[in-house]
Amino acid sequence: MNPVLLIDFGSTFTKVTAVDLDSEELLGTAKSFTTINTNVMDGLKKALDNLQQETGLRSEVYQRKLACSSAAGGLKMVAVGLVTDLTAEAARRAALGAGAKVLGTYAYQLCENDLQDIEKNYPDIILLAGGTDGGDRKTILHNANMLTRLCKDTPFVVAGNKTVAREVADILSARHSYVVVTDNVLPELNRLSVEPARNAIRQVFLDKIVEAKGLTQAEEFTEKVTMPTPAAVLKAAELLAEGLGDEPGLGELVLVDIGGATTDVHSIGTGDPTQPGVNLKGLPEPYAKRTVEGDLGMRYSAVTLGEAAGARLAKVLNKPLAHVLESLKGLLNRPDSLPKGPEEIALDLAMGKMCTKLAVERHVGQIETVYTPFGASYIQWGKDLTQAKTLIGTGGVLVHCESPGEILQASLYDQTEPTLLSPKNPEILLDEAYILSGIGLLAEISPEVALRIAKKYLKRVYQ
Amino acid sequence: MKNKTVVLGVIGADVHAVGNRVLDYAMSTAGFKVINIGVLASQEEFISAAIETGADFILVSSLYGHGEIDCRGLRDKCREAGIGEITMYVGGNLVVGKQDWGKVEKTFLEMGFDRAYPPGTMPDILLEHLAADLSK
Repeated sequence: MNPVLLIDFGSTFTKVTAVDLDSEELLGTAKSFTTINTNVMDGLKKALDNLQQETGLRSEVYQRKLACSSAAGGLKMVAVGLVTDLTAEAARRAALGAGAKVLGTYAYQLCENDLQDIEKNYPDIILLAGGTDGGDRKTILHNANMLTRLCKDTPFVVAGNKTVAREVADILSARHSYVVVTDNVLPELNRLSVEPARNAIRQVFLDKIVEAKGLTQAEEFTEKVTMPTPAAVLKAAELLAEGLGDEPGLGELVLVDIGGATTDVHSIGTGDPTQPGVNLKGLPEPYAKRTVEGDLGMRYSAVTLGEAAGARLAKVLNKPLAHVLESLKGLLNRPDSLPKGPEEIALDLAMGKMCTKLAVERHVGQIETVYTPFGASYIQWGKDLTQAKTLIGTGGVLVHCESPGEILQASLYDQTEPTLLSPKNPEILLDEAYILSGIGLLAEISPEVALRIAKKYLKRVYQ
Repeated sequence: MKNKTVVLGVIGADVHAVGNRVLDYAMSTAGFKVINIGVLASQEEFISAAIETGADFILVSSLYGHGEIDCRGLRDKCREAGIGEITMYVGGNLVVGKQDWGKVEKTFLEMGFDRAYPPGTMPDILLEHLAADLSK
């Protein structure tokens, strides 16, 4: 037996997963409230006690103890670029791909108001981009100078025009003690390169953020807290899609993570057009793409979900709108509660479906028809995921509800909205044991075993 | 023409790709850095690409006769976006049918283009003009 402990310090719960690398079995999972404000170890110890009751294993037996975290607000970032749809968007995507919560994205020359805005809700890291390689240099230099006026020493990742990247770093270093330079997020107009920035952000996370988030105490027990939780989930999705060595992957896939505060969608695949005669437009898409919908969630974001889709929820539930909005408001005060009684269960189901539907709609690409003198022509913006082979769902609502398949099906291609390139006929899998972030962690030390365990414990759901 | 960057594209609802590739080839060979935004390009795409790449000039193609409608307002939008002085050429089948080229050229120059080219212009002429205009 070669047991490994995988820990996820979440915003609400500290979740622990025990796996045996030899038998490739899941030994058990447990959770307890995260105690980041006092001593993060208190919550972890409780979770471990719960785990011990399930597995009978003492915490000393684990050969490795790996951890990821989204506690204390997660990894909060600000992305700065030049043109809204180009380097600013590229920087935002790089930050999201690194597992960050993006507080704001700023384009063009930063002004006083932007600085105040950044300071109001302080980011853990700022990603500064702008200009393709050899392109515009004025704006990123201006922005570096502006950012030296921030009131707090902030870690920076510089991923802009390479011809001035060093100069930008020198300017920032006058005020900020941790500045990393990495490759441009948009080296050429038609080439996105988010991977180097993702890695640099992860390095900053290891070097600076873990300490700043009060997780140092945890590192006396575990090994390094290696990444933000969403980055671990994205890592698991990449591994599952691609496979490794002799172990085949699942192919192009979409993963929906419905949380209390946000709904995240991850997709792994090029998203190239699947229909002939379609022209691709817009910024190139990342192969591993993550989007986060901050207004779509089951608890903390229940009210904003109501703002986005209150009328549709009311229609589905066949209840007056005011009544539905009132129920949503009620959920805010009890973020950890499970639904009780038929009305609450129906509400949770409808909310889960709505979160899934809207989040996937915003993630996938769209086809636009342009009428030219030679007939109709088609433009694709974003990723075509119609042929995705697999759809994976994770999150509390899916685990606790009776019909997770129904919720996940809400994300599928809809003939009444043919311009949205959502998956048409994927196999639907459920992360029943809540192991995906753990799989991403395990992939760091034993990727093949991680892949086989993931494939074994993701449950196929039929509807 | 080392270190000069051009944004090249076919404007509007126009899908003619061949001339676009010929120009890309001719200018790349002549040493330009070519940012080719391809067919079906909007005015905003030309401008965004020029800002982000710090381009020295914009070359607009239009082959399907609706060039006048598609190009109108492009110079003003450049001004608004802070690149009002950028050198800008246009060429192709800019209007429908056989019209007096002098009048057509005047229309496009008044629109804010620095030069306009009739159908059948060889890339060499373009390169000559660029050498002259960009060394000013």
